[in-house]
Amino acid sequence: MADKRLTLDEFVSELDSGMTIGIGGWGSRRKPMAAVRAILRSDLTDLTVVSYGGPDVGLLAAAGKVAKVVFGFVTLDSIPTDPHFKAARQSGAIEAMEVDEGMFYLGLLAASQRIPFLPTRSGLGSDVLVVNPSLRTVRSPYDDGEELVAMPALRLDAAVVHVNRADAAGSGQILGPDPFFDELFLGAADRRFVTTEQVVATDQLLAGGPLQSLCISRLLTDGVIETPGGAHFTACVPDYGRDEGFQKEYVMAAGDLDAWATFRERFLAVDEAGYQSATREAATERAAAKAAKEGA
Amino acid sequence: MTEATDTGVTRAEYCAVACAEVFRGDGEVMASAFGTAPALGARLARLTFAPDLVLTDGDAALVDGAPPLGAAPASLVLESHMPYRRVFDVVWSGRRNLIMMASQIDRTGNQNISAIGSWARPKAQLIGVRGAPGNTVNHSTSYWVPNHSTRSFVEQVDVVSGVGYARAAAAGPSATRFHEIRRVVSNLGVFDFASPDRLMRLVSVHPGVTVDDVVESTAFALVVPDDVAETRHPTPEELHLLRTVLDPKGLRDREVRT
Repeated sequence: MADKRLTLDEFVSELDSGMTIGIGGWGSRRKPMAAVRAILRSDLTDLTVVSYGGPDVGLLAAAGKVAKVVFGFVTLDSIPTDPHFKAARQSGAIEAMEVDEGMFYLGLLAASQRIPFLPTRSGLGSDVLVVNPSLRTVRSPYDDGEELVAMPALRLDAAVVHVNRADAAGSGQILGPDPFFDELFLGAADRRFVTTEQVVATDQLLAGGPLQSLCISRLLTDGVIETPGGAHFTACVPDYGRDEGFQKEYVMAAGDLDAWATFRERFLAVDEAGYQSATREAATERAAAKAAKEGA
Repeated sequence: MTEATDTGVTRAEYCAVACAEVFRGDGEVMASAFGTAPALGARLARLTFAPDLVLTDGDAALVDGAPPLGAAPASLVLESHMPYRRVFDVVWSGRRNLIMMASQIDRTGNQNISAIGSWARPKAQLIGVRGAPGNTVNHSTSYWVPNHSTRSFVEQVDVVSGVGYARAAAAGPSATRFHEIRRVVSNLGVFDFASPDRLMRLVSVHPGVTVDDVVESTAFALVVPDDVAETRHPTPEELHLLRTVLDPKGLRDREVRT
């Protein structure tokens, strides 16, 4: 089997400005954040980001990497909205395609199946059809004659998802309760990347979880990047939960230009190893501050 | 402290019971409930008059029984795997009854959770339409608004996320086929669309609220029948379940104050 292992730098070198990039996960859960941070450090720009959006969208928008976002929501889960995405929409800095989250799923599925669209009831009557004038309806060719939304394929130039375990050939294992739509992001893309907490030998995959957890096949992957803590600060259970303290720091910093510059300098202007050690230090500082407050 | 009327029942407890009523008579459907009062309502219904109702763990599973708010995941009895991809199968099959929240709702039952102001350049970007467009044309949907005011009950929502009666009718038979906005529950009262023109009608006011309070807090002309009932009181069993079993910490009274 081919060894598909790459470094984060090699991953970024396979992307180009102007590409449409799908990002796996959901909200602030199992996002390929190490890959997002690598894009933040690159000179890539003018990207169309397709995402069940979380802080991936916010960070990329804040760094000026994004021309357009395709989304059904952008949320941090425990905090309803992402401040950078909010700011980018309210300033008109980014173009948007907002669809129902089920339509989004069907767009990825259609792209995976290499068909132009899939019909759905979802979207009918809503402003999704008003704010996206390019969306069309289609009439059933059968006796029912129903008129449904023709959700167009969301074809991606590249996709990246984050999993708990993978082997070097690109079989991926998701140990959390929900695989989300990662398989379809990969299926919809020309270039397909999986970041993983840990690369293990193929014969060790089943030791980690049941057969159903091996839900990304190597048919769907071109590159595997080992990134321990690579979903931080989003949740990556059972390896780790969401870092709520750090997520709060992120949101607080986003509200103030100076605070954001400091945040960026400390956490984003460094390489991935630097990020991981800086966030560990920040966690220690928060714990110390909390202890001091409680002792006071 | 909790409150106020002569029976000692708090406003939040009336809201929870009104939300429970949304699930009456449904049989074996998946209940999804956003917000504290709806979460309590679905559980109350499951434990009393809707024993076949199917509840979720809020993550990726269906759960047996009706666990208390904030129950430890390890204490839950899971009965089925329900990741998001499968949730859409349920949505599109219609075997679901949902109470969503609404940042804005209007007289025809349109709901907005996408953006305030113009969609192209919002004054305030909200979470996004999420599944509201699909939910509303696929299965029964109701809304919970814990802060009834002229800013939430508006003449016309800014971005139609959940589809109301007039918009569904205009979109045609495929949109109306499975469309039902069953009820709206706010901190002031209960509403439905069982009026001749499918416009929002006041069904009941919670004890301690007057019809005038509701009318003044609503930016559009509500359909107000001659006789407006009081929202029904919780039974002793329901009060016991709410206070002792499902929400002993009183989270409900933090969402809605009396």
